Parts: sequence; structure tokens; C-alpha cells
Amino acid sequence: MPETAQRELTFAQAVNEALAEEMRRDARVCILGEDVAEAGTPFKVLSGLVQEFGVSRVIDTPISEAGFTGVGVGAAMTGMRPVIDIMFGDFLTLTMDQMVNQAAKVHYMSGGKWKVPMVLRTTLGASRRSAAQHSQSLHAWFSHVPGLKVVMPSTPYDAKGLLKSAIRDENPVVFFEDKMMYKLKGPVPAEDYTIPFGVADIKREGDDITLVATSSMVQVALEAAVLLESIGISAEVIDPRTMWPLDEKTLIASVQKTSRAIVIDEGYERYGITAEISSVIAEGAFFDLEAPVKRMGAMHVPIPFSPPLEDATVPTGQTLFAAAKKLCGKN
Amino acid sequence: MTTATDQTKSTSVLATEKYLGMYRRMTMIRFFEEQVNELYTRALMPGLAHLYIGEEAVAVGICEALRNDDYITSTHRGHGHCLAKGASPDRMFAELLGKEAGYCKGKGGSMHIADPDTGNLGANAIVAGSAGIATGAAFSAKHAGKGQVAVCFFGEGALGQGVVYEVMNLAALWKLPVIYVCENNLYTEYTHFSETLAGDLLTRGAAFGVPSESVDGQDVRAVHTVATKMIARARAGQGPSFLVCNTYRYTGHHVGDINREYYRSKQEEQQWKTDRDPLKILADWLFSYGLADAQALDAIRKEVGEQMATAVNFAIAAPYPAVDKVAQDVYA
Repeated sequence: MPETAQRELTFAQAVNEALAEEMRRDARVCILGEDVAEAGTPFKVLSGLVQEFGVSRVIDTPISEAGFTGVGVGAAMTGMRPVIDIMFGDFLTLTMDQMVNQAAKVHYMSGGKWKVPMVLRTTLGASRRSAAQHSQSLHAWFSHVPGLKVVMPSTPYDAKGLLKSAIRDENPVVFFEDKMMYKLKGPVPAEDYTIPFGVADIKREGDDITLVATSSMVQVALEAAVLLESIGISAEVIDPRTMWPLDEKTLIASVQKTSRAIVIDEGYERYGITAEISSVIAEGAFFDLEAPVKRMGAMHVPIPFSPPLEDATVPTGQTLFAAAKKLCGKN
Repeated sequence: MTTATDQTKSTSVLATEKYLGMYRRMTMIRFFEEQVNELYTRALMPGLAHLYIGEEAVAVGICEALRNDDYITSTHRGHGHCLAKGASPDRMFAELLGKEAGYCKGKGGSMHIADPDTGNLGANAIVAGSAGIATGAAFSAKHAGKGQVAVCFFGEGALGQGVVYEVMNLAALWKLPVIYVCENNLYTEYTHFSETLAGDLLTRGAAFGVPSESVDGQDVRAVHTVATKMIARARAGQGPSFLVCNTYRYTGHHVGDINREYYRSKQEEQQWKTDRDPLKILADWLFSYGLADAQALDAIRKEVGEQMATAVNFAIAAPYPAVDKVAQDVYA
């Protein structure tokens, strides 16, 4: 293993490095967003980029999410490779027409003539004590729309490789980063590498139950897997990494092996990602299942501010452990 | 060596050719739209279409001042913009009929015609939906440094949408080469604009320090003159402009909007057709300066009429896309 593979970066540094490498490689790549330049975003994910690439490529915008996302769509159609920064995922509501009616449909509506090679980076995740308008995980909305690709890295390694793939993709890609994960450390090679879309990653192998987890919930699932191991249940943790394209094959194969599955995601459980993935598993592995596929997501409430209330809204290692235990017939 | 007189003569010949070209292009739009209405009434066209009849001078006056590599974005009432930017009627009709030979392989239809070969980024069925795209194209154009500009066409109804003001602010801040063209045809669907828009329309651009003018949208020469100035300004790196073209939609909001008397009178419609018709205004001007006679314009109309008949027949005869194409082009 090369020495660089041992190097550890935080999730935020991995995102930053992917952007810097792509901007060096391709002069068409530029960043547009609120406080992306000198401030480097409130999360400091983009620190240092404006110093290297200048204000013509790392561009501070007014607080106009619809406006600068729309500019990104038009710029992508006409030769640029914009990376749009939407500070909080909750602000995606303001970009919806640009993403859903414009970016997602331009290629199809034009009979394949115009392309929108644009990335929209944004955040998800609760538990930052930020209340209902700064804590949502809205990736299901975008996964519902034909024409968009949706990416949700769960480790620094995946963040770098997937973001580079997103920037090189010819389609609009929505890239969700868990803002509570920015300080998570992990091995990240210094060299150039990409991770293809539509390829799930088995984060931990196991035989008794499959935990399909996305983004922030991968760490939760790994924590639950350790607890389950202590009572003799071997859990397999699978991270689909991209919601669309979705690696259905790997999910189904895992459940065919384990015969039980829980799908964990930080988006609202109702009508969410977990419902879709559960359905894929139920259809693909029905005759191998020994229990119904279970979903776990955010509660059907606006994210509350008060810490004990907020903590009750999202799955944790403990709640997942309890659910998995029950599904495996152990009380 | 040419004399001064020769030069004047050749300049005037060029000008005449240019105005006859505009007459031809406006006639194309008029006849195209008349054929669309015919296709609708004969039940040969799926869905609806929004006709541009009466507004021809706006698209033509502006697009005649553009280069082929300049960009436009258009609206649900977009046939005129597409034709004025150089689209070919046969492939447009084919698109309107949902045929494979259409500009978008039949996947877009009347409200989504797009054509990279003529810089047409696409018509848009969301009111103000293309404001971001046009501004983004201007962003690219500035970056590319080849002097391209983008024209964003929209109706006065779009001034009710916030995104227009967001991108005007951005374009003004960044001095982007974009011209926002508001076609005020007086009616936001079925409602007079005075009931939907407060204040003076021009102040909307002025608020951002964007040079703003209004022009008689029925006079193609007037539109062309002001557009030429705004486009030159954009090419020179001096930023965006806002142009309000005062015009009129002769027909309904769409082809099926037949009974309109609950929102405007037949008298009003007739008055515009009689007194303010863009083709008639240009023809009268050409006659008054002796630059063309009735015969010359008749010849243009005859030629365009034949061209449209051929184009419609091409579209009617063209095959539909194979059903297995339905899932193609979702992703690049």
C-alpha cells in the first residue's frame, strides 16, 4: 500500500482537496455560492481555494439561491463546469424550479442536445441545535426527479472520489454532505482517484442482518453493528453511496445472504429514501426474507430546537441496535 | 476606387436588403403561426400552442442584431424567437407534431424548442424559467471572452417572478453581457397587466442601475436600433440592459382561447391589427422611401407561403419516434 493511502484527512479536507484538484485539472470548474470565497463557507470547507484560484473562479454571490443556481444551469449548458454551493440543505427549497424544472429536464426536453454538467453541493443532517430550517435532510426530493443524480458520501475517502466523479459527470449532480461529519477523519489518498456512481460499498461484512445506511447513518449503523456483535448478531453494513443511480444488485445480494434488512437514512421516514430502498429489497429478495424489511428515518416532525427533543427525531446506534435485535428475534 | 455617391448607394442597398430580410423573417413567423393555428383546428397537432402573431417585430428586430453564436432563451410563446434566431420551419413543425425529425426529437414540443446550432438555449414553459439560464450563458460568455451576448426574452407576466430580479442583480454586479427583453403584450394570460404589476415597468431595471428603455414593439426598425445599442454595450463589457417592448398579442393566450371578450374587446384587437401591425408598419415605411414596391413584398409573401406549406407537409409526413426512445436522453 502506498504511503499516501495512510494519510488521514477530515471529511471537509477531502471535499476541499477534490475541488482543488478538479479546478487545477479543468479551468472550466468554478464555484458559486454565498460566502464561498474569503469566508470559505461557515463550515470552512472551502478555505484556501480563493487564494489559489482567485475571485473569478471562487465567486461570492448575493443571497439568491434561485438566481445563482439558475446561473449555474445556464453556465453549465454553455461550457462551464459550475459547482453551486447551497449552504444549508433547507435552502434547497429556493432552488427547486432551477433544479427540477430546468437542470433536470434540459437534456431530455432538447432531445439530448443540451447538457447540464453542474454539481450542486449542499448539506444535510440534524443534531446541530439549529432548529427546523437548518437541519433537514431533503435528498429524497431530488432522488425522485428523473434527470438528476444524487450522491451521499459517508467517509472522507468516498467524499473525495465521489465529488471528483460528480464534477466530471455530464449531468446535474446533487451532492449531499452531512455537516456533522465535516470533522470525521479517515484515510484519503493524495493521488487522483474517482469512485463510480451506482456502486454500493460494503462498509462491514456480516451474515445475519443487512443494515443499509446512507451518509450520516453509516456511522450509526457501524456503531449498532458493534453492539449487535456483542450479542452474537453479525450485521452487514452497506452504503449505497449514490441514491441515483442506485446499486440495486448489491443490496439485493446482501439480503439474499442475510435474510433480514433495516434501511436507515436521516431523511424523513415517510415517503422517503428508506421506503424506496425497502421496496427494492422486498421485490428483489422476497423469497429470502425471514422478516419484513424495516425502515428507520427522521420522525415526521419539523426538527425541534430543544436538544432532548431534537435527539429523539433521528435514529441512533442504540435505537438501531434495538430494532435490529428485535428483527432477529432476540429480545 | 469607389466614390462617395457609390458608397451611399451601396449603404442604402444594404439597408434595403436588411429591412427586406426583416420583412421576410416577420412574414415567416406570421405564416408559421397561422399554420400552427390551422394544425390545431384541424386536430392535427397534439396539445396546445401559444401564438406570437402581432409580436413579430420584437423577436426579429432583436435577433437581426445578434450573431449566430449569441445565445437566446425563449418562452412558452417562443416560435417567433426560434425562427428569428434562425431555426428551420420544417423541423419546428415536426417538433410541434411530436415527430422524430423535430428539433427535440418530439420530446419537447411547442414550448421547449431548443437548437444549439443557432444558440437557442431553449424555450421555457415556466414563466421566467429561463432568466437564470440566460444569465448563466452570459456568465460563460464573459468567461470565454469571445464577445458573445445572451438575450433573455420574457413576457411582462415574468415580472411577477422573483428570480428575474435575483439574476438582474447578479448580472449588474458582475457586468454580464445579457439583455433582458420584456415583451409587454398587455395580457398576462387572461388578465390585463395593470391588474398584476404595480409601478412603472422600467424602474425594475433602473433599480439595479441597469440601463432601461422602452420601445414601440410594433416598429421593427425602432426595436432593432435600440437592441443594436444594448447588444454593443454588452459586447463591450459594459453589462446588462433591460428593454421593454410594447406590443400586442393578436390571438388568445393559446390557440384554444377563442372567446376573449371577458378580458378584452374585439374592437381593441381590431384596432391593433389595423393601426399597429408590424408587417404593415415596415411595409409602409419601405414604400414611403421607395425602397420596395408592393410587388416585391408580394413576392416575399408568396415565397414564404410556399416554404411554410412544404414545411408543414414535411412534418405531417414525418414519422413519430419509436416508443423505445422514451427513456433515451434522460441522462447524458
